[in-house]
Amino acid sequence: MEYFIQQLANGLTLGSIYGLVAIGYTMVYGIIGMINFAHGDIFMLGGFAALIVFLILTTFFAGIPVALALLLMLIIAMLMTGLWNWTIERIAYRPLRGSFRLAPLITAIGMSIVLSNFIQVTQGPRNKPIPPLVTDVYHIGNITISLKQILIVVITSILLFAFWYIVNKTPLGRAQRATEQDRKMAALLGVDVDRTISITFIMGAALAAVAGTMYLMYYGVASFNDGFIPGVKAFTAAVLGGIGSLPGAVLGGLLIGLIESLWSAYFSIAYKDVATFAILAIVLIFKPTGILGRPEVEKV
Amino acid sequence: MANGYQNVQEDVMAKAVKEGAVAGIIAFLMFLVFVGIETYQDINNQLVWRTRWGLLGVFVIVAAVGRFVTVGFIKPHLDKRKLAKAKTGILEVSEEKSFFHKHFLKIALVFLLCYPFLAMMIFGRQGSLKYVDNFGIQILIYVMLAWGLNIVVGLAGLLDLGYVAFYAVGAYSYALLSANFGFSFWLLLPMAGILAGFWGIILGFPVLRLRGDYLAIVTLAFGEIIRLVLINWTDVTRGTFGISGIAKASFFGIWSFDVGAANNFNKAWGLPSSSVYYKIFLFYVILALCMLTAYVTIRLRRMPIGRAWEALREDEIACRSLGINTVATKLTAFATGAMFGGFAGSFFAARQGFVSPESFVFLESAIILAIVVLGGMGSLTGIAIAAVVMVGGTELLREMEFLKHIFGPDFTPELYRMLLFGLAMVIVMLFKPRGFVGTREPTAFLRTRKAVSGSFTKEGHG
Repeated sequence: MEYFIQQLANGLTLGSIYGLVAIGYTMVYGIIGMINFAHGDIFMLGGFAALIVFLILTTFFAGIPVALALLLMLIIAMLMTGLWNWTIERIAYRPLRGSFRLAPLITAIGMSIVLSNFIQVTQGPRNKPIPPLVTDVYHIGNITISLKQILIVVITSILLFAFWYIVNKTPLGRAQRATEQDRKMAALLGVDVDRTISITFIMGAALAAVAGTMYLMYYGVASFNDGFIPGVKAFTAAVLGGIGSLPGAVLGGLLIGLIESLWSAYFSIAYKDVATFAILAIVLIFKPTGILGRPEVEKV
Repeated sequence: MANGYQNVQEDVMAKAVKEGAVAGIIAFLMFLVFVGIETYQDINNQLVWRTRWGLLGVFVIVAAVGRFVTVGFIKPHLDKRKLAKAKTGILEVSEEKSFFHKHFLKIALVFLLCYPFLAMMIFGRQGSLKYVDNFGIQILIYVMLAWGLNIVVGLAGLLDLGYVAFYAVGAYSYALLSANFGFSFWLLLPMAGILAGFWGIILGFPVLRLRGDYLAIVTLAFGEIIRLVLINWTDVTRGTFGISGIAKASFFGIWSFDVGAANNFNKAWGLPSSSVYYKIFLFYVILALCMLTAYVTIRLRRMPIGRAWEALREDEIACRSLGINTVATKLTAFATGAMFGGFAGSFFAARQGFVSPESFVFLESAIILAIVVLGGMGSLTGIAIAAVVMVGGTELLREMEFLKHIFGPDFTPELYRMLLFGLAMVIVMLFKPRGFVGTREPTAFLRTRKAVSGSFTKEGHG
């Protein structure tokens, strides 16, 4: 039982990270109907920005409090990836809006290749380890929970609440939902569609940067090809939850995290990704639009 | 009038300067962290950093000047040309096609048939090895894969992101069956195709109800599952070490290409011993396989099943209303596409002599899909051109030794291969969203066959 709870805690931590990345996928998909393949690499970029900020901080301000360092890392990583995603949207996706469906998908895959290879070329192909940031652990019975796990879950919850608030209660969120439902009609009613889409990309990137920073904090290592596997899993999470649905993305992320840690704990660690993908396929066979997805209504 | 024109020009210049400056600032902020600072491990394996302001400056200047030139000169020039064209009222469509254009396919085929011998004549026996193998065979493998995927994506409109799975099935069926049972290439080639086609049906079944992007993610997931199983099922596949020493293909069992064999091809024909003859043989094998793929695709498009595929791509509901069995249609598309992937896979294993899961990553699927879309979905010629440009172009980068003299001896062009590949994907898509060949030859027509614009064909919903 204790072992089970331990694995549950690990799964929730991992699931929070996937959930944050999945929101970026699902938002972009909801608003312009495109799989943003470069989103996983934006997540990787966020991790790298945090890593570099961390290195600079530890050189110039050796005794900086960990909380402040973490906050600075998060903020700079969010700004950085926001700017990158904004630029990518302007250059690679906006000119192709209204073109046929596969065109932005191909530029997104192209951008994903560009981003990971850009980091490989500029920062080198080796893994980049950093010393552990947060080392405190708590023992409850035989269960060990580390402070970083708590931090990850707490930060994720705060961000999710903030995000839910923005989407549901602010004029910006209303513009986003309007654009999602009917872009042309929203434009006619005075919503600045281009600006709304840009902001959506920036928001998604900022969440991915938070996830990237926490991934770096959790594993203590960054690499140029870190974007692919977590990216695919986050996308899987978004689809599992029902793509286009925000609660679905979080739910999907948590499910994927739990499946992964429980499968590694009870069955085999080598086949954890196989289990994740197999469960995705099985769920989609019985519910073709994901767990919380709205069924598509076809009008002829 | 003249004054007004000058004002416009000044406005354009002012705008260009402003936009250039903005681009420079944005580039500065974007690259500040990733280019301006370099992280590396020192002697104690500790992560440290140093600054690279010079390189950052280059990035910023390139972005600023690039934007300035685009806004100030290129865009007004393009606008002017468009305006001039609109004024004359003459469309730039000439009915007369040039000789080269009209006979493009025949010329290309003749060139391909002569290619290995031309390479041998120009570069000598050893020198031509690179051109036959790295360029010829490599590009033709991608042409075949892209033509195979074209059946699924271009004709049936089903978005498949895991095509490399079938390539892997073909390669491993050849590698395992030839290593364990000693079957020959010519027996295993069709068998690998059949096995891959069978897998296409197995994977196709569960995804029949899915549409669009759900289909895309499930095919991607299947591709990853196959790769992960290949890595982890070490008893059979030897995991990441891969399988080496795979038997070579023989000349239809008459002559062998193994050096020690009694019926060695080179000895039988009195040729000097060189691996180039094997490569030339392989070149013709893959060329024949490509031609087979093209022939089957062209013939199938005129058969009821091919028409059903295209109807499915255009409108699935109309398709169902007309009584087309969509389940069978989708499954045959999956199976046929997978079968060609399997052929290509077994050929790949025979050519390489070594297979490992490293060769079957998602990136390969992405490259194949990119070739299909960049070529213009459904157009065989366009796809072949895209494969030559994209694969040949990146292979060419390996050969750019002279760049070392410009950028110094540390410069390795290979490092930039995938970076440039990705950039090329983005740029081609931005300028030609419909691919290199934007027109389609309809299969069904009234009296005369007229080419239609690619924008009239749909891409399907999965």
